[in-house]
Amino acid sequence: MRIFESATLLLLIVLNANYAIADEPRLGRPATAEEIAVIDISIPPSGKGLPAGSGNAVAGEDVYAQKCASCHAVDGTGKPADKLVGGIGSLDSAKPVKTVGSFWPYATTLFDYIRRSMPLNAPMTLTDDETYAVTAYVLFLNDIVSKEQSVNAKSLPRVRMPNRNGFVDMSGVR
Amino acid sequence: MKRKPNRIASQLKAGRVAANGLIDRRVFLQRGAATGLALAGGIASGYAANIGDNAKPWQKTIGAPMSAGGSPSRFAQEKLKRGVLQPYGEIAPGSGASMTPIHELHGTITPNGLHFERHHNGVPDIDPAQHKLTIHGLVKRPLVFDMEALMRYPMVNRICFIECSGNSFFNTFAKPRPLPAGMIHGLVSCTEWTGIPLSVLLDEAGVDAKAKWILAEGADAATMGRSIPLSKALDDVIVALYQNGEPVRPEQGYPVRLVIPGFEGNTSIKWLHRIKVTDRPLHARDETSHYTDLLPDGKAEQFTFVMGVKSVITRPSGGMTIWRDGFYEISGLAWSGASKIRRVEVSADGGKTWGDAYLHGPILDKSLTRFSMAWHWNGEPVQLQSRATDEKGRVQMTHGQWMAKYGAGQRYHYNAMQTWAVNEHGEVSNAYL
Ligand code: HEC
Repeated sequence: MRIFESATLLLLIVLNANYAIADEPRLGRPATAEEIAVIDISIPPSGKGLPAGSGNAVAGEDVYAQKCASCHAVDGTGKPADKLVGGIGSLDSAKPVKTVGSFWPYATTLFDYIRRSMPLNAPMTLTDDETYAVTAYVLFLNDIVSKEQSVNAKSLPRVRMPNRNGFVDMSGVR
Repeated sequence: MKRKPNRIASQLKAGRVAANGLIDRRVFLQRGAATGLALAGGIASGYAANIGDNAKPWQKTIGAPMSAGGSPSRFAQEKLKRGVLQPYGEIAPGSGASMTPIHELHGTITPNGLHFERHHNGVPDIDPAQHKLTIHGLVKRPLVFDMEALMRYPMVNRICFIECSGNSFFNTFAKPRPLPAGMIHGLVSCTEWTGIPLSVLLDEAGVDAKAKWILAEGADAATMGRSIPLSKALDDVIVALYQNGEPVRPEQGYPVRLVIPGFEGNTSIKWLHRIKVTDRPLHARDETSHYTDLLPDGKAEQFTFVMGVKSVITRPSGGMTIWRDGFYEISGLAWSGASKIRRVEVSADGGKTWGDAYLHGPILDKSLTRFSMAWHWNGEPVQLQSRATDEKGRVQMTHGQWMAKYGAGQRYHYNAMQTWAVNEHGEVSNAYL
């Protein structure tokens, strides 16, 4: 009995020691809700996380002319940087043209990308209204929204992109 | 010295493994041993006469003193350079790539200063005192780690390659470009990374049962983000702080980056500052517009993370000239994003006959593996190829097969066999077969 007890005790000590090692160190400190709010800029297709504010292509035309046209051309046809319009229906041809209009499956990605990465020479400087407006303008150039349509947290996830069903998910995640 | 054609012919015959002079490596090594002995004899007799006359100038003066840091020999430096590509020129100098000169290197580990680069808006100059990694989303305890905290975790070492999914895109163009191996295939490098298993940090945050993906994001001027399946994140992903022993270099993600063994390089997020645990992928621009694979029917495969099985002969390779007929060692690199390399075959007749190359150890999972093959070039035009097979049984395709699989303009995940054409002058150039 004695032997049994001490063996159990020993086992417990060993288990505890293992637990302690596997469990240490725990050096992360709790992140506050405010801290997370300012860095959580990613916008998935559901639109969750889209900020307040709105814009349409009328307002977007100005933003675009001032902050985008120098690299993507006035009408979005690109040069020196990426072409943002055209190519719809070209993907299975000998000369596929991949643009926001012809290739991108989700309009939310456009907002997400412009907000984090553009304008390339001054990223993260657009206001949320400017981002909505210039997003609307690029969609308008591709005939996906009308010039007056308000793009905002509610309407953007509902915008249906021409190539919405063009992707085959190879991730294996179900 | 006059050659003995009969002896060479009989050696070639005995050691033949495939057409156009591919021979068993042991024949090569035996020859080497014999030559080495002969040379040693010659030098020994010279020393006896006058040691000073035989010494080189650098043997007769004091060498350079110790130094705080080192660099390659001034005679070698010229060629030890990354090939820089800036597709947008000066409007976007930080969007582009620079390629590892794999044809100038040997072994399997890439020197830190020659690791390839791919940035979407330049290299940020991050002050580690102000850098933090936040883990949030579907976790029980959202956490912030500063660099001091990260440095205190127990660390693991892992050798693996990182390959940009756009590597070898030059070979997707209609005509073969006359480029060296490094400019075509140099968006791959292999490193010993040291850091914290991501699973340890995720475990500390307590991953929710609903979670299936993570979003990893960098603190560069593109705030580049990629979605990664949670199963991979909990498997062998490293939050890397060191690169071949020294702190990760700025262009590789200083002060901290993800290393995702076997996955396309773009997912190994540099300058890592945020991980959001989610139930669905973000569908970021760089996993929809870019880094997806167009098929002939216009559909595109998305989240094709695992890099294919691949190999390339680095010596001899594009732009080199082999100066006369005789014995050579063909040498190259093979790798797979799914496993170890099981086999590399080499052909000198454009893929008609093949011989097994020798694999130099250690043969590591998802790492570059060095292979070699002994060769006697008879001075006539030949086509050299290598073909790798990984432990999952995946084999490289021909260039034609690969091109037929994808839609026009597909530039990602090119892993077809490389052909080097050697002409009668010994000039080596890129070719398609
Ligand atoms: C200084 C030049 C420059 C400016 C100004 C600029 N861009 Fe860009 N843009 C680029 C470059 C270069 C890329 C490609 C970036 C990369 O390498 O990932 C790009 C990419 C894009 C893309 C992705 C294209 C695709 O098909 O993947 C969009 C959308 C975009 N820009 C929108 C904008 C908008 C909207 C603005 C104005 C708010 C803007 N850009 C301003 C240079 C610029």
